[in-house]
Amino acid sequence: MSETATSNASQVPAIEGWFTLDQNPHLIGSQCTACGTYVFPPREGACPSPLCDSDELTATPFSRFGTVWSYAENRYAPPLPYRAAEPFEPYALVAVQLEKEGIIVLGQAPKGILAKDLKVGMRMQLETDVLYREDGIDYMVYVWAPAVQDEVAGGAK
Amino acid sequence: MSDRDLVVLGVGMHPWGKWGRDFTEYGMVAARAALKDAGIEWKDVQYVAGADTIRNGYPGFIAGATFAQKMGWTGARVSSSYAACASGAMSLQTARASILAGFCDVAMVIGADTTPKGFFAPVGGGDRKNDPDWLRFHLLGATNPAYFALFARRRMDLYGATSEDFAQVKVKNSLHGLNNPYARFRKENAVEDVLNSPVVSDPLRLLDICATSDGAAAMIVTSRAFAEKHLGSLKGVPRIKAVSTSTPTYPQTLLEMPDFATDSSAVVAPPARGFKDSICWDAYEEAGVGPEDLSMAEVYDLSTALELDWYEHLGLCAPGEAEGLLRSGATTIGGRIPVNPSGGLSCFGEAIPAQAIAQVCELVWQLRGQAEGRQIENAKLGITANQGLFGHGSSVIVGV
Ligand SMILES: [Zn+2]
Repeated sequence: MSETATSNASQVPAIEGWFTLDQNPHLIGSQCTACGTYVFPPREGACPSPLCDSDELTATPFSRFGTVWSYAENRYAPPLPYRAAEPFEPYALVAVQLEKEGIIVLGQAPKGILAKDLKVGMRMQLETDVLYREDGIDYMVYVWAPAVQDEVAGGAK
Repeated sequence: MSDRDLVVLGVGMHPWGKWGRDFTEYGMVAARAALKDAGIEWKDVQYVAGADTIRNGYPGFIAGATFAQKMGWTGARVSSSYAACASGAMSLQTARASILAGFCDVAMVIGADTTPKGFFAPVGGGDRKNDPDWLRFHLLGATNPAYFALFARRRMDLYGATSEDFAQVKVKNSLHGLNNPYARFRKENAVEDVLNSPVVSDPLRLLDICATSDGAAAMIVTSRAFAEKHLGSLKGVPRIKAVSTSTPTYPQTLLEMPDFATDSSAVVAPPARGFKDSICWDAYEEAGVGPEDLSMAEVYDLSTALELDWYEHLGLCAPGEAEGLLRSGATTIGGRIPVNPSGGLSCFGEAIPAQAIAQVCELVWQLRGQAEGRQIENAKLGITANQGLFGHGSSVIVGV
């Protein structure tokens, strides 16, 4: 979990521009400046809506909280390019529905949160966790964790 | 017979298995079997519609030409289609368009594959941070079975489906495929066998999930005029009545491979029919039939739970009622609407470019009364349903 300070130089995102690495992390998506629709992962250029011809999408923070749409638990190490830890520990994948954005986003659950801990409809919040470690650097990824923080106080600014 | 019907003159398959041989070897066996079944010669084929395989190098990307050359160049026109798991149906659609446009009368549709062991991993090496198929493995380890598991878990948490329900799909399909000479897995499975198999991606177990296989399927499709001349009468001859290869309509609200997220429904309301529903219903509309007219369905049971989803997409029952339909025995041979009489992917494993063609082959054998050991009595009309990555899917309706 993202208990370490954001200034910790040994933490870098495993992918640039998809999420923040601060105390109250949130996903970064794109929003169309013309029609207002959202898209994740973030991208530039054409609006995904067939009803809109805008070519201007801007980066926008997504809601930090959502509800479980569904979940799964990997019991075997996925193949490369996933860098599975050895020995492999089962982990959960969670698809979380974001109400305001009208989007379901798939992510890992933090280490230790397994299928038995999840339920469709459960409240979740965005956190970050170590995806893999290489040469002393932690490559971080966004994860969906059961919500513990107060939504209003802890929500994305 | 509608003017837009296509006659299926011949079908042929190479048995499914795992041998790792050159995919064209399998394809040749299927091609020759389809030609023999059709009672025509290779030189009579004017158009070869190949379904591509992306795991076998350049020859796989130009399957139409690869098979045309392997059989011996005749000057036939070729096409090569890739549409993930729907590649076979897209090839059929290409052949169909050419025949219905009057460009040719006789076409071969063919697909064959050789698959690696284990999970499907992204094709090609190197870091590809713009390729969602590469990224979903890299960032999430979201294998295909993990996506199947998401849909299975939805059924459990929303409709109260159980692991036993899923296992019953496997039990049914294992019985169906027991006598199918082309099936790879021909072993009767009990509920306990499924429940005792290891969990791969919770809640799905090894026997809930389809394997990857080698295999090949081919068919000869012709214009009505050619078939009438060749056969005399078309009575009882299976015809393609619809081929749907619909893509999603924005916003696509189901989380499908290889996506990280659905489209947004914040601004544009979701379509009345979701993606997998529309694949099936577009086929119904094209054929002018409905689910009540069907004698059978061959659906893409990538997992046992996904077969249950298809019951609902096809309109065989309302959402949430698939487990009940299964338990009633309606989808077992002898029931009201048998599903996967071939044994499905459960007994075959998936040979991607061949699979959608193989589904049609099974319908043809059933409609002709040639499905020995798994025959559905008085079969008149069947549908296939299939789905793959990147917005691909297909549904084919065949009737007599
Ligand atoms: Zn727009």
